[in-house]
Amino acid sequence: MIPANFTYHRANSLKEAISLVESLGEEAKFMSGGHSLLPMMKLRFATPEHIVDISKIEGLSFIREEGDLLKIGGLTTQSEMEYSELIRRNYPIFLDAIKLTADPSVRNVGTIGGNIAHGDAANDQPALMLAMRATIIAEGPNGRKSIPIDEFFHGFYMTALEPADVLVEIHVPKAKKGCGGAYYKMERKVGDYATAGVAVYVQLDGNGTCSEAGIGLTNVSAVPMRVDRAEDLLRGKKITPDLIDQAGALAAEDCEPTSDLRGSEAYKRSLVHTLTKRMLNKALERAGQ
Amino acid sequence: MKHNITLKINGQSVSAEVDSRMLLVHFIREHLSMTGTHIGCDTSNCGACTVLLNGKSVKSCTYLAVRADGAEITTIEGLSPEGTNHPIQQAFHDQHGLHCGFCTPGMILRTVDLLKHNPNPTESEIRWGISGNLCRCTGYNNIVKAIQQAAKEMAKEKQPAV
Repeated sequence: MIPANFTYHRANSLKEAISLVESLGEEAKFMSGGHSLLPMMKLRFATPEHIVDISKIEGLSFIREEGDLLKIGGLTTQSEMEYSELIRRNYPIFLDAIKLTADPSVRNVGTIGGNIAHGDAANDQPALMLAMRATIIAEGPNGRKSIPIDEFFHGFYMTALEPADVLVEIHVPKAKKGCGGAYYKMERKVGDYATAGVAVYVQLDGNGTCSEAGIGLTNVSAVPMRVDRAEDLLRGKKITPDLIDQAGALAAEDCEPTSDLRGSEAYKRSLVHTLTKRMLNKALERAGQ
Repeated sequence: MKHNITLKINGQSVSAEVDSRMLLVHFIREHLSMTGTHIGCDTSNCGACTVLLNGKSVKSCTYLAVRADGAEITTIEGLSPEGTNHPIQQAFHDQHGLHCGFCTPGMILRTVDLLKHNPNPTESEIRWGISGNLCRCTGYNNIVKAIQQAAKEMAKEKQPAV
């Protein structure tokens, strides 16, 4: 399969990328790793007239802690995250997700920024970002802007990014004492999208009370979603097995899955319940370490 | 639209004019006539088209040729000098790590990248490491044995993994 005709443009700088898409108009698309976009183009689900390749722009691939934040460059590949000593040591939630995303060769090319900017509720990173309350940094014709993750996902493949905005950085809380995160998705086979996936992030204070809780879900809604009711239930309390079960039940109730080849609606709700419990337990265990 | 690209393939510099939409696998097979890189699923699932791009395993059916401008590519044809076997090739031979052979070039190039990051993988790490490469003869057991042998041999020889 060969994609429909388009014109390729290579951007050598962020400025050039933005002005290219601005001048080419709405039929232009950015490509970073291209492992979501190119398959869609081959299948004619997407037929952009112009592709602006941002993968060669320097300075957008990094993983570093700064102040209270972990900053990830938009062009950082999934593999770079997987092999990063910092991520391996302090951010197991990313390893949980990345090991279940596609396969090693795809991860060599696919980027973290692309996984989020694609705006697909079936992708794994959005659930992590929601659970960790990330901030997305985008650069566009009018300069840089910070977008809280809760305002980022607008609809099916639709995000807060304007056509000429590039996702340049992702900010999540820096790992500190008492924090823990975990992610798991059920997949039918390696490389498949999630039947259902759950990301959990908790912060415990000195006496074991949950001061912050985040729960994000994968592929059980049209738009990547968090489970506010379950988070509210946990916040400010010492977490007991009973509370964990209640949080799982709320997540199962609040998600919006549809029946498809991956499973029935009821099955997916049941999965969300079970995975929420498991990931809460795993995140709490990691928070206690 | 046509683009002039120059890249290194198996150590040789190549310049060509390619369409925006030409896929790397088509460039390798049809323009360079190197047919060791296979097209299987054509949807980035099966890994038959795996090549090394700047040392990393990449599915060449999901990569635009024009994006490979300036890159160094290794295909199965260039993994070892003519008439010799790379330790991974030798291990696939010794362990009979193939039935029909269609997935083999991709499996071998993926193994190069796997062993570079993890020179002494467990069986489970090997199976996850080749999870993006499908063998529809389901000859995985011998493929795993081959990779284990290759890891051992390469550790012995300390041969750089390309």
